[in-house]
Amino acid sequence: MTEFALILLSSVLVNNFVLTKFLGICPFLGTSSKVETAVGMSFAVMFVMTLASTASWLVQQYVLIPLDLLYLQTIFFILIIASLVQFIEMMIHKTSPVLYQGLGIFLPLITTNCAVLGVAILNVQQDQTFLTSALYGAGAAMGFALVLVLFAGLRERIEISPVPAAFKGSPLALITAGMMSLAFMGFSGLVKV
Amino acid sequence: MAGLWYALASLGAFALVSGLILAIAQKVFYVDGDPMVDKIDALLPQTQCGQCGYPGCKPYANAISSAEAEVNHCVPGGERTMLQIADLMGVEPKAVEEEAAAPRLAFVREDECIGCTLCIKACPVDAIIGAPKQYHTVIADHCTGCELCVEPCPVDCIDMVTKPELLEHWSWPLPDTKRSQLAHERREQHAGHI
Repeated sequence: MTEFALILLSSVLVNNFVLTKFLGICPFLGTSSKVETAVGMSFAVMFVMTLASTASWLVQQYVLIPLDLLYLQTIFFILIIASLVQFIEMMIHKTSPVLYQGLGIFLPLITTNCAVLGVAILNVQQDQTFLTSALYGAGAAMGFALVLVLFAGLRERIEISPVPAAFKGSPLALITAGMMSLAFMGFSGLVKV
Repeated sequence: MAGLWYALASLGAFALVSGLILAIAQKVFYVDGDPMVDKIDALLPQTQCGQCGYPGCKPYANAISSAEAEVNHCVPGGERTMLQIADLMGVEPKAVEEEAAAPRLAFVREDECIGCTLCIKACPVDAIIGAPKQYHTVIADHCTGCELCVEPCPVDCIDMVTKPELLEHWSWPLPDTKRSQLAHERREQHAGHI
């Protein structure tokens, strides 16, 4: 049980994908201008990441290793992620047109979100079991969601405060992201994995 | 050799299964688009120039169908498109905005062009030819006058000029009498009905 808690804690805070591994920066900056879209994006990424990491683990264990096809790892994982994202896009289009409008181009772009492929590949590199790999995926996604929503909140406040013209928009967003990354370094003493 | 067949078979099978799942999902999660939007979208020129004030042709079609926008904002489409849309929507035709109605054309002042290709990338209808570090020029027949190339030019060497009238479209200027003006109006009305 402690092992599971440790994996979750480590992937959410200590080894946060966005702020310590610097994966998935594009949606992090692109969808964080409003808390609402950030939350929607977080849920979509959470769904994709958890499913992708378990599905890729299954494929790795039952297809790639028995058939000795490890060189096809990337193409298989991308195939899994791409079909999952397509599936989710259809689902969101049907269930929540407003969210579909809000996410816009960033929804299909989850396909090329390096964080999703990163989780899948790190999972199989670290020889996780089925359960821990699912947990690792969910944890990484939760970390992504946490950081994205926090960042969106910060940016909403920055939007209404007086900012020197030179820092308006992207520059200040990047500086804020850097400071958040520094703050998250404080977690690195929390768990040793 | 067997490894190759395994690879082909497994990847093929996997792709087939995910394709099937997606095909089923497409049927299950099918969204009825507004058929009107698609019809209007089919009439628009699809240059995605944004002169109507919407980010593209589809959003403008959306706005027309929900009666948020007038039918006369499409400059590249001109009067013909406006008439077709007005006919489809069952509303009164409105003249395409006066200022934009005069057909405009981009013109590159070649002495100043530095050959940066930025305008080529901006052109939605591929009407600008040229190569890096070579002068660019505009193909007058293809230019829709959307002005999208003016902004990216780093040396501001693109002018918008009035389209020269082609010989086959030219007609004698109207004599300034009441009678001839009435006749002209009648002809215009007649042309509008076709």
